[in-house]
Amino acid sequence: MSGTLRIQKISGHSGPVPGAGAQRQEQVCKLIDTTTCIGCKACEVACLEWNDLPFRETFFDNTYQTMPETAWNYWNLIKFNEHPREDGAMQWLMRKDQCMHCADPGCLAACPADNAIVQYQNGIVDFQQEYCIGCQYCVTGCPFNIPKFNPATKKMFKCTLCTDRVSQGLEPACIKACPTGCLHFGTKDDMKELAESRAQQLRDHSAYANAGVYDPPGVGGTSVIYVLHDITNPEAYGGLPSNPTVPWTVRLWKQPLKWLGNLAMIGGLIGVTMHYLRFGPKRVDRE
Amino acid sequence: MTNGWIDIRNTDMMLIMGGNPAENHPCGFKWPIEAKRNRNAKMIVVDPRFTRTAATADLFVQIRAGSDIAFLGGMVKYAIENQRIARDYLIHYTNAAFIIQEGFKLPDDGLFSGFDHATNTYDRASWTYEGADKPTGLSYDLTLENPRCVFQLLKQHYSRYTPEIVERITGIPRSEFLKAADLFTSIRKDGDMKKAATILYAVGFTQHSSATQTIRTAAILQLLLGNVGRAGGGVNALRGHSNIQGATDMAGVFDILPGYLKMPNPADADFKSYLARITPKAAKPAPWDSFNYWSNTPKFAVSFLKAMYGDAAKKENDWAFHYLPKIDRQYSWAQIWDDMYQGHIKGLLAFGMNGVAIGPNAQKNIDALKKADWLVVCEIYPDETSEFWKSPGITPGEMKQIPTTVYRLPGAGFAEKDGTFVNSARWLQWKSVAVPPPGQAKLDQEILARIFLKVRELYQLELNQKESRGKFPDPILHATWDYTDPHNPSLAEVAREINGRDLSSGQQLPGFAALKDDGTTSSGNWLYCGSWTEAGAMMQRRGTEDPSGLGVYPNWGWSWPANRRVLYNRASCDPAGNPWDPDRKQIWWSESAQRWVGPDVPDIKPDSPPKDHMGPFIMNGEGVGRLFVPGAGLADGPFPEHYEPAESPVANALHPNQSTNPIAKKFHSTLDKLGTPAEGYNIVCTTYRLTEHYHYWTKNNPMNVQLMPEPFVEIPSELADSLGLRGGEKVKVTSARGHYIAKAMVTRRIKGMMIDGKKVYQIGIPIHWGYRGIAEDAGETALTPANLLSPAVIDPNAFTPEFKGFLVKLEKLA
Repeated sequence: MSGTLRIQKISGHSGPVPGAGAQRQEQVCKLIDTTTCIGCKACEVACLEWNDLPFRETFFDNTYQTMPETAWNYWNLIKFNEHPREDGAMQWLMRKDQCMHCADPGCLAACPADNAIVQYQNGIVDFQQEYCIGCQYCVTGCPFNIPKFNPATKKMFKCTLCTDRVSQGLEPACIKACPTGCLHFGTKDDMKELAESRAQQLRDHSAYANAGVYDPPGVGGTSVIYVLHDITNPEAYGGLPSNPTVPWTVRLWKQPLKWLGNLAMIGGLIGVTMHYLRFGPKRVDRE
Repeated sequence: MTNGWIDIRNTDMMLIMGGNPAENHPCGFKWPIEAKRNRNAKMIVVDPRFTRTAATADLFVQIRAGSDIAFLGGMVKYAIENQRIARDYLIHYTNAAFIIQEGFKLPDDGLFSGFDHATNTYDRASWTYEGADKPTGLSYDLTLENPRCVFQLLKQHYSRYTPEIVERITGIPRSEFLKAADLFTSIRKDGDMKKAATILYAVGFTQHSSATQTIRTAAILQLLLGNVGRAGGGVNALRGHSNIQGATDMAGVFDILPGYLKMPNPADADFKSYLARITPKAAKPAPWDSFNYWSNTPKFAVSFLKAMYGDAAKKENDWAFHYLPKIDRQYSWAQIWDDMYQGHIKGLLAFGMNGVAIGPNAQKNIDALKKADWLVVCEIYPDETSEFWKSPGITPGEMKQIPTTVYRLPGAGFAEKDGTFVNSARWLQWKSVAVPPPGQAKLDQEILARIFLKVRELYQLELNQKESRGKFPDPILHATWDYTDPHNPSLAEVAREINGRDLSSGQQLPGFAALKDDGTTSSGNWLYCGSWTEAGAMMQRRGTEDPSGLGVYPNWGWSWPANRRVLYNRASCDPAGNPWDPDRKQIWWSESAQRWVGPDVPDIKPDSPPKDHMGPFIMNGEGVGRLFVPGAGLADGPFPEHYEPAESPVANALHPNQSTNPIAKKFHSTLDKLGTPAEGYNIVCTTYRLTEHYHYWTKNNPMNVQLMPEPFVEIPSELADSLGLRGGEKVKVTSARGHYIAKAMVTRRIKGMMIDGKKVYQIGIPIHWGYRGIAEDAGETALTPANLLSPAVIDPNAFTPEFKGFLVKLEKLA
């Protein structure tokens, strides 16, 4: 979990990854138990303070939610949703929204800039702004609407899962600040086990018969997982997608289409050369 | 709290009512979450709004603000009727078996016996035990059958609180009420004593005109269920500020001295009669024993006077008893502002206290300040109080007419001071200075010391010049002030003085058992005696051992009294001295050691064997918990009765001819108007606090303002629809006293209710904005403090104002 970060994949990069397979790294995981979140926003503030992000002007928007979406300088946000249930009971769902650190990151697949997005062997997906070209293709690739553009610097930003802390053996800032212990941090296996047992406890001992763990397979699973009161309805938690995947257009474009495109280019070059060799340069009629 | 924060993790069942700990005590709320996670503890939340606490509850019940006694009284009836009571506990540890003398009458018509309509007070002579003055002791019936025993009277009193009446008064449908009652009392199903339930409350109980009685009803319920003294049980006040517990312990309240000694009054002719008046006598059935720990009052009082006046306090001069002020009437918070409004108070020192914003009836407080000659405000930001003279609505012409001189002293913030905070769990925890105060800001103790020493200097000067303009200089001249730096006393020295010492040896005292009434000991607060001993500053300890696993942490900080964590813990054992729950052993009687032993400090005479039947409630003269409060204990009744708030949408369903609390104190200036439904005030309003802000200073802090930028009013969506109102649109809320303008937060978390057949809506207003702050100064708010709306009607025992449950009108602003 701690120690040096070993790179697993690099965006826009050809050739083998240096050091691949040299050291086995355990995947880290942040577990968010929405059933014990009290929406206190300590995690929002901790993230800002750790990352030296400025306090900003916000506006009243008929909700306790600080702002509508995460921003290039606001990487984690509690989403508040009033949710009346069918049995008449009221629910106020609070979900900490931030990068899910997918095992199969759509942002990384879509990104054309070499080294702009790296995925570490511990599962953390990190943007490296010095290589970012601000094309925003990562926005297309992400099913969670996470990467955000800074119009002044033309760079993309998101939650880093506190790689700087994790690499030193510390837990992310949000985990440290959470007062109720709603947030947990550890290896993926441990957090998954904790999440499943909590979901089971909810099913057995509370009114939440559909409690479950959100670890979406469509993106290969994630290094940020949720315990939800109702796993059958993630959308109720401020638009958490039920079955997120990397968009097929990105996959198509980056794989078959890319090679078809390369083929077309090479084919065109060969065709032009062959035509020149066979028919010579273009002659203008003397008439 | 009778218990503590960490102890909450030991509970099986929580009733969170009149409090919103997830929002207002987020760090403390980890303990209810631990109980849920580790013990499958259940949480019931009762509140006028679905709050962030309700979001984690197993059962949420919406209630009309101001009707808590009706709900809790209904629970009392339910528990008794369904035999979900702790019978042995009741018989042996409460006054359930005591017999009340003939002539006592229950308030079927809204009045207890002894009400005098002329003076609007009670003659409480009839609220007494039979046999109180008999040498054979009080009369009692252990079968609880005698019709005049407390248990039968209690049963009869709450027999009127049927589910139907609860529904009519609180608006809670009877099926929901029964669900909550069944769940909470389920811990005592089939006589099971193992489980423990806790009640957590805060100012949702206390900010009403029947506040004390509301808490009393919760205490009665907990005594009936045998939860007081149990790990995971108790009656637990969640205090609203980091050191308000310390403030009340050290008598920042007009009617007590440090350690909750009573203030002298003019009728106390001398120290002896004062002590006779305030020292309770044991009053119990003859075969029982009562520690009656307050019988040590003389030791506490003499030691206090020695701390205050040193050598000037001698046996010959009654220990300088006459140096103490004698309170001749009520001087509570709301009374101070009324006195100032009537022109009787010429000057005010306001330290970290934004009186204008706090209210109630903020306009009256503003106008009161206009009549004062001077105002000194010690604060960390310019606030509404120090700028009362330019509050919205005051014209430049009017401003020129205001004669009050305002002094603004920059004070120190919490991180710039050392000393102790005392939390809700009664733990004293020393804190260090993080950064020194900036610029010219000074510490509170330095400011107060310099003012005091200057006043003393002026008195001394007069004495030297044989003038006598200052009345009675002795208390000022003879107050002890032996600090190393008298102009800026070290709080460590003050803390040592508060602990107290043996005046012959000079040694710090080990505990209040060492206090004497012969002038050889001094202690600024007997309750804190033991907090700074010869071993050092106990409140600076940070030991993380918890061998019992009950969250006792005996070596972390120091709790009063005597580092005890759970009060009344003898009641955690059965009459034979064995814990009701073997899995949560707090203390128990050891036959071999012939003492009470255990991980917590026993709250009983340590060597009193169970067979002597010494009562666990050692601070009561009877030694038992009081279901019935006899004599002069409470102003408005020995049993809690539901009374409507001063401004109510309905008449009292129990007794419409006596709707409100007959003893609740109202004020009568021209600004103290009350509104009625006939005048169009039909909406019930409550005020409250948010996680994102802390009272009135975080509106100056960019971080907090970012999280919650603008004032708002929470309005039920049904009501908003009927007004054609959408979220974000401006609304005006008006009471008989003032108005408040902010944006609407339209929500489904507050529903309309049927109160006695009438459709009633409730709205909620967070208090955190005023006319000074980041958003205010940027012109983004209407500059109206929420407490322009609230009424100055106060509880007759604790004098807390009715900030919750008053009437307003609501309109959409163009």
